Amino acid sequence: MFKSMRVLFTVMLLVGVTFCAVLLSGCAPKQKKADEAYKIGAILSITGRASPIGQPEKETVELLQEQINKAGGINGHKVEIIVEDDAGDETKAVMAAKKLLNKDNVLAVVGPSLSGTTLAIVKLFEESQTPMVSCAASVKITDPVQKWIFQVALTDRYSIPNILRYLESKGIKKIAFISDSNAYGQSGLAEMENTAPQKGFEIVAKETFGGEDTDMTPQLTRIKGTDAQAVVCWGTNPGPAVITRNMKQLKMTIPLIQSQGVANAKYIELSGDAANGVVMPAGRMIVTAQLAENDPQKPILLEYQKAFEAKYKKTPDHYGGHAYDAVKLIFKALEKVGPDKALIRDEIEKTTNFVGIDGIFNYSATNHNGLSEDSFEMVQIVDGKWTILKTK
Amino acid sequence: MKKTLKSDYGILIAFTALVSVVPFMLANKYYISVLIFVAINMIVAVGLNLLVCHAGQISLGHAGFYGIGAYTTAVLTTAHHCPVWVDTLIAVALAALIAWIMGTPTLKLKGHYLAVATLGLGIIMHIVFNEWEKVTGGPSGIVGIPGLSIFGRGIGSDLAYYYLFWSFALLTLLVALNLVKSRVGRAMRALHGSEVAAAAMGINVSGYKVKIFVLSAALAALAGSFYAHYVTFISPTGFGLSFSILLLTMIIVGGAESVWGAVIGSVVLTSLPEFLRGFKDYDVVIYGFILVAVVIFLPAGIIGGLRILKERIGRRGTAESA
Repeated sequence: MFKSMRVLFTVMLLVGVTFCAVLLSGCAPKQKKADEAYKIGAILSITGRASPIGQPEKETVELLQEQINKAGGINGHKVEIIVEDDAGDETKAVMAAKKLLNKDNVLAVVGPSLSGTTLAIVKLFEESQTPMVSCAASVKITDPVQKWIFQVALTDRYSIPNILRYLESKGIKKIAFISDSNAYGQSGLAEMENTAPQKGFEIVAKETFGGEDTDMTPQLTRIKGTDAQAVVCWGTNPGPAVITRNMKQLKMTIPLIQSQGVANAKYIELSGDAANGVVMPAGRMIVTAQLAENDPQKPILLEYQKAFEAKYKKTPDHYGGHAYDAVKLIFKALEKVGPDKALIRDEIEKTTNFVGIDGIFNYSATNHNGLSEDSFEMVQIVDGKWTILKTK
Repeated sequence: MKKTLKSDYGILIAFTALVSVVPFMLANKYYISVLIFVAINMIVAVGLNLLVCHAGQISLGHAGFYGIGAYTTAVLTTAHHCPVWVDTLIAVALAALIAWIMGTPTLKLKGHYLAVATLGLGIIMHIVFNEWEKVTGGPSGIVGIPGLSIFGRGIGSDLAYYYLFWSFALLTLLVALNLVKSRVGRAMRALHGSEVAAAAMGINVSGYKVKIFVLSAALAALAGSFYAHYVTFISPTGFGLSFSILLLTMIIVGGAESVWGAVIGSVVLTSLPEFLRGFKDYDVVIYGFILVAVVIFLPAGIIGGLRILKERIGRRGTAESA
């Protein structure tokens, strides 16, 4: 009996000691050297369900790190971007944030990719007074404004006015709204319900669908029974593509407006011929070639696409664009004020007329999402290709 | 029987000592927050261990109870300004009540049927969190949940949370160890072996099953409430099927033969992904490899492996002395 206890104790002790040894090994205090690398963190959903968002963001972050270090770093300092995966999980995002803030002592953080993971760690950044530039799109992230939190993604607040302006130009006043039953669809619906009635629109039908549903004809049949003059759909692939095809099958002739959430090649691929004629707001990335030569964003879009294609042999999307803007904003601030978290924050807040992938950024003390309605173009799919619509 | 209980107490005391000194051996706050999540998961895992490993009733819906705890706390504290701790009590009571109502019919089922029923239960709760937008905030969740406080003083530091949550985890462990070794524990093991035989021996089979189900649901809700207070934000993603499966993985990888299996399982499965961050892109591969290796080479879990190791050393010891 005593022997077995002793053995168990030994095992426990061994386990405990190794545990602590492993814990301690990683965190010996390091001497700060004059030419030490500037450390930036990134929390992205590289694996898990949101990997189509996190993966291009990670690739972009690594591309930019390589570029800046090849060019000699920032003010002679190399830049090290420590990328952590949160797998789209909020608990993992909290742990990743704690690691970056407490163990790696990063100067600023890019990401997270998703609204949920961002909202879960906002508090940690406020407490530790470290600037965060989120790549997620929820309006809640920067409304109300929080001191250390910035956002680069285009939100519904800017896309919906564009849609309403387009509908108005077509003389449409009664709309049916069909949304994905996830955070994205919910946020679109809330924003539409806030804005549309003020501008004289009437939402005559509200329907929802599950992201994985393969048939939306019941919802669309109900919409068909109303006097809606257009359908506005708010979702991310694959649901909106199903709606596009179902509308064709039901021979619904009223226009279909999609959200910026499906402004990607995958949507056209999934919808096939039915996609032709669909209108949506989109960032300028997908229509770079059609932009006027004097468009300020054109050179930067071309440069990013060329570099991304050269390194990864595929076309970048707007998710990568979010990461690009977030990293560049931090680089720019770092270059100007050096490795001081508070000064970096102030510098990001002072950013004006910063030309990025998502648009032209203007931050201020009361606006931590630097974009505006002008960051969107209304595009229409013609023969399976994006075409800019002139509505302004 | 008495001797094993004594040795359990010995280990518990050693473990408590280890838990109380670890923060001073850690140079970094990040590891403390990892251990805070270990404590939260341990409370759920120990409760699930009692249900699955001792009473032999599977549950694929424990994330639902964990979610009920978290959501009750979140809703009460943000929308109704309920004082902290009171919300935790209500969360635990509510989860226990739901478990009692749900458990009474479902626990009459056996084997796969029970697994599917609890699976359904978990999924239904996840759908409620997602769709009952007015109350749960829908998919975008609830922000601004207040942190815990003691005697009116807010707990600011991770260190305080560490000691608070670990006290509860150790208390849960103590209760579980006692329960297993008590009359109730023996009754549970009897009905695990054969329900018919247990009933023939005069054990109230369905009564015990419901009670243990309620207890483990209440523990899950307690942990869920702590989670909500610590992270201060919740959304439905953390309370889905994948978390239920993670919990089951914890108790199986840790070892189903004892409550200590749940302890080891929650420590290993919560902290391992964090240690593997150093491997960058390969962390998921290594994580999966370790899990597969444990299941193949240690079919009785880590605790079972330790027991075999101990027996071997013990045999060698007696052989040498002979």
